[in-house]
Amino acid sequence: MRTFDYVRPATLPEALSALAASPEARALGGGMSLVPALKLRLAAPSALVDLRGIPELRGIRITDDAIVIGATTTHADVAAHPAILDRLPALAALAGGIGDPQVRNCGTIGGVVANNDPSADYPAALLALGASIETSRGSHAADDFFTGMFETALAPGEIVTAIRFPIPKQAAYEKFKSPASRYALVGVFVAVTAGGVRVAVTGAASCVFRAEMIESALGERLAPESLEGLRFSTDGLNADMHADAPFRAHLIGVLARRAVSKLLATGKVN
Amino acid sequence: MNARTGIGASLLRKEDLRFVTGRGNYVADIQRPGMAIGVFVRSPHAHARLLSIDTTAAKAMPGVVGIYTGADLDADGVGGLPCAWPVTGKGNTPSKEPVHPALARGKVRHVGDPVAFVVADTMVQAKNAAEAVVVEYEPLPAVVGVLDALKPGATAVFDDIPDNVCVDWEVGDAAATDAAFAKAAHVARLSLVNNRLVGNPMEPRAAVAEHDPSRGSHTLWTTSQFPHIVKLLMGNFVLHLPQHKIRVVSPDVGGGFGVKQFHYAEEAVVTWAAKKALRPVKWVCERSEGFLSDAHGRDHVTEAELALDERGKFLGLRVRTIANMGGYLSTFGPNIPTNLYGLLLAGVYTTPAIYCEVKAVFTNTLPVDAYRGAGRPEATFVLERIVDVAASEMGIDKAEIRRRNMIPPDAYPYKTPVMMEYDSGDPGGCLDRALAAIDWTGFGKRRAESASRGKLRGIGLTTYIEACGLAPSRIATRLGARGGLFESATVRVHPTGDVTVLMGTHSHGQGHETTCSQIVSERLGIPPENIEVVFGDTDRVQFGLGTYGSRSAAVGGSALAKATDKVIVKGRKIAAHMLEASEEDVTFADGRFSVAGTDLSKTFQDVALMAHYPVDYPLEILEPGLEEQAFYDPVNFTFPCGAHIAEVEIDPETGVVSLVDYVAVDDVGTVINPMIVDGQIVGGIVQGVGQALFEDCVYDESSGQLLSGSFMDYCLPRADQFPQITVQTHVTPCTHNALGVKGCGEVGTIASPATVINAVVDALAHLGVNHVDMPASPNRVWRIINDAGFGQTAK
Amino acid sequence: MQIRFQLNGKPVTVDVPPHELLSELLRDRLGLTGTHVGCDTSQCGACVVHVDGRSVKSCTTLAAALEGATVTSIEGLADGAALHPMQQAFHEKHGLQCGFCTPGMIMSSVEFAKNNPDPTPEAVRHWLEGNFCRCTGYQNIVSSVQAGAAAMHAQRKGA
Repeated sequence: MRTFDYVRPATLPEALSALAASPEARALGGGMSLVPALKLRLAAPSALVDLRGIPELRGIRITDDAIVIGATTTHADVAAHPAILDRLPALAALAGGIGDPQVRNCGTIGGVVANNDPSADYPAALLALGASIETSRGSHAADDFFTGMFETALAPGEIVTAIRFPIPKQAAYEKFKSPASRYALVGVFVAVTAGGVRVAVTGAASCVFRAEMIESALGERLAPESLEGLRFSTDGLNADMHADAPFRAHLIGVLARRAVSKLLATGKVN
Repeated sequence: MNARTGIGASLLRKEDLRFVTGRGNYVADIQRPGMAIGVFVRSPHAHARLLSIDTTAAKAMPGVVGIYTGADLDADGVGGLPCAWPVTGKGNTPSKEPVHPALARGKVRHVGDPVAFVVADTMVQAKNAAEAVVVEYEPLPAVVGVLDALKPGATAVFDDIPDNVCVDWEVGDAAATDAAFAKAAHVARLSLVNNRLVGNPMEPRAAVAEHDPSRGSHTLWTTSQFPHIVKLLMGNFVLHLPQHKIRVVSPDVGGGFGVKQFHYAEEAVVTWAAKKALRPVKWVCERSEGFLSDAHGRDHVTEAELALDERGKFLGLRVRTIANMGGYLSTFGPNIPTNLYGLLLAGVYTTPAIYCEVKAVFTNTLPVDAYRGAGRPEATFVLERIVDVAASEMGIDKAEIRRRNMIPPDAYPYKTPVMMEYDSGDPGGCLDRALAAIDWTGFGKRRAESASRGKLRGIGLTTYIEACGLAPSRIATRLGARGGLFESATVRVHPTGDVTVLMGTHSHGQGHETTCSQIVSERLGIPPENIEVVFGDTDRVQFGLGTYGSRSAAVGGSALAKATDKVIVKGRKIAAHMLEASEEDVTFADGRFSVAGTDLSKTFQDVALMAHYPVDYPLEILEPGLEEQAFYDPVNFTFPCGAHIAEVEIDPETGVVSLVDYVAVDDVGTVINPMIVDGQIVGGIVQGVGQALFEDCVYDESSGQLLSGSFMDYCLPRADQFPQITVQTHVTPCTHNALGVKGCGEVGTIASPATVINAVVDALAHLGVNHVDMPASPNRVWRIINDAGFGQTAK
Repeated sequence: MQIRFQLNGKPVTVDVPPHELLSELLRDRLGLTGTHVGCDTSQCGACVVHVDGRSVKSCTTLAAALEGATVTSIEGLADGAALHPMQQAFHEKHGLQCGFCTPGMIMSSVEFAKNNPDPTPEAVRHWLEGNFCRCTGYQNIVSSVQAGAAAMHAQRKGA
């Protein structure tokens, strides 16, 4: 890979000034996407600002109505956290299905959210659960955060500090993995929240999106049968050697039904 | 001898200790004093004219040692990469062998075609400089698929081969086959594709070379399955270096599967550059670079027809195949889809008339050559698929149609209509055992149970035979090989009776250090720990042709057995001298030379000591020393055979095919180490299932860009995709080698693609499906189900 | 930049360029070539080592980030001449052929086995999602990990 500077600040202000020092500097979380891109010379930052030395960015807090996960918390820590397993098991299961064990040992939630890979899992959870993305500048609602392929509402130099997940009544995630990369060819997160049923789809298009048609069908009646016969448009859906657009459109329906069945089977209502 | 260490014992592997502790010695591990790092600049185009290469700016960059292009190679008289096994086609026309320059000249012919080699002090510097090499291309239309390559007006990969045909080959009797079809009660027809694969041994290829100007010598460490052949091809045909000044070393090699049995451009360029730069030079292929530079495998389009009588007896088989050679010929390219394919089309059946035509064509893709099984998986796939199609169409049980047509056990040796003579085999016995092991008759219950969970279950069967033990030189050279394919072994007995074995074969996972020790242990009566097995170094090993085509035990092991016999012959002479007996009266058993009818004897160790510290030798008839070398050239191929059965379950909603059970019963001849044989067969099966369900090398049809260019898209099989696989062996010894061995390295990969696809088709047969192309990916299977109108209603 | 960390039980102080990967540091500069590199997309797992007791892909880990960490590579697993139970299990169950994936496979399995004394084959197969083997077909690796896990916990009890 090309050369760059590496800094590991101990505080958030130090990290912000390091990022501000160069427009080509980039924040580093677990590096599970960034380091491979550097190796393939697909990215060429002037400096990497490693956020993992900042204590307050790591860790999981549980409040009465929310789970707050620090940006540099690893997927493995989320997957194994007793309170998340108890209060929001769908999120623990999602985190436990990302990549492989070594990716989960290193990869961080903040890194995934800031990167907004179109086939990443977490964005579906954030969007379906109506999470908020807490940053060095304030807070973003998930609905406004994921703006396009690898694009977010983050301003240059803005650092994700934590993700706040309101605890839903019920939730489930179903993913159809790429047989090769294990990223989501399609992933569907269904959540029954205080504000109604929210359904987010990842992997299928250039950016995670909410599936209003499914939401309204499930709003009528929360049952897999409510989704029978729904047809999803192939417009804007990804097509690659593993899944063409009609297959992805089909999988959205299958996975949504399965997520609903799973959600109902767990019988957990908060 | 010893049931725990000799032939037939599951002796734990001697080589393991260094591998489990991280002390293996792979090429990428090698460091040499003053070593520089090389990287290749490769073509981003599938087909383009190479207008200019400007290295000026790159050469001025920090750390750059040298940047070399095809013009530099030309200036030194470097030759093209040779093809070692051309074939002769219809009308006695030899296969076309266009020049394959080590660095592209004039044109690039596939994405990844190397155009320059950059050597620098460090990897970062080499990569930076490689990015600064300015190559001007004039892109040309690319021809990618084999059918496109044959269309009138198709782009020509080579200007002087306007039809893109490397060879138009045939085998069998066309007239007899036509006659068979004329009297057929039923004809089954099938069009199929054998998908292109990338072998992907876990260790990427690598090369380190150095030159010693004071001796004029060259050393190349390379990830090769056959260092002696690399030495000959590279030294004699490409670099024109004297053979006695070249040493090629293949140390520990991390898997081969055929991918590492070719002489590659990088080996020659690195060796040449080490002399140019007067520095040791190291090149380590990165995985995504490997996708663009390793020879690929398979890639056939085939139409097959099987003629049957009213009882389902096979009368004739007609096969037309178009095989992809890629943008240049790799070392064995033309041999794979011809001799190693067409000659296997009789399978285990008595089909009296067979005719096969193969057009091997050039395209703007990576060269295609042998990959584990090499031609034989393709032949087995055609045959076992069309047998299933015929059985379905005629309403005959899949096992029954095979039994009805199988070569009877008493018909061996059996001459096929496609040139082979099978020496032995009992595929029927394998079939019976496989059917019992999987509970063939109980399948209906299992299918119903799967259906109760909304899943479609299928069962698939294959009976196969393959030809390996490459190769009888007499036959191979008749089939076009430019050299013999014998093997050699040296047994060096030390004064203490410990033994060093020098093998011409090469082990890159097969466990030869253990199995060769077992052969010697069995025959010389010494424990395996007193035996060292050496291979992979042309300065240490006499000569050898390496490891491929499941030949190491059948050919190399036979050479080793022969060498031990010679040791015993000489040992008897020495013992006779020591015991003052006549040589004829001395026998050897259990590590002891004895005089028949007396209690006089000497141990192997006594004799070894006397061999090196001779006392009163009759020097005119007995030389000191105890080291024997043997060369073994087999009289025929060996013919492993067997029966494999797979069960799959398909999720009709997602098209996901899950392999749920797999039984293999294989006749690989005498088993030297059952544990190792089991490991080879299971590993081979999983690779073949990879082809059937997961792996696909896909090019963009118009641009010739490789779409599956990394593990992000090329689906290598993972642990969680497999059930426990059951492997049994059913032995009929090979009749023409001393050990009775046939070979086990490829059988799994040969049988399993057809077996799994037969199961997938069986699961979908009720939808009117009679074939599914590989890989049976979720998207493809869902599409089939959906097109049949069943997808949307499935629960 | 200079970093200090524990490597196979010994303190190491080394200058690393910021772009150097842990796999490069181990292999090219510290002579520990048991850690292998089999891909460039962080998938094959031949490079797996432990950092602070957890398995990571050293080909995707910047050496610069290791200040203060504890790193164990395959070379640090055995206790002198005595193989680690997982190494012994891979040997006894024929869990390796060419040996290239083996170091990463063993390092990954050791982390798994610590938390799973008696794993099912399915659990082992699922865990090994990040480790490719092209030779064995995984079957004997699964047996090896099961045996190795049992041996690790028996040893712990016995100790």
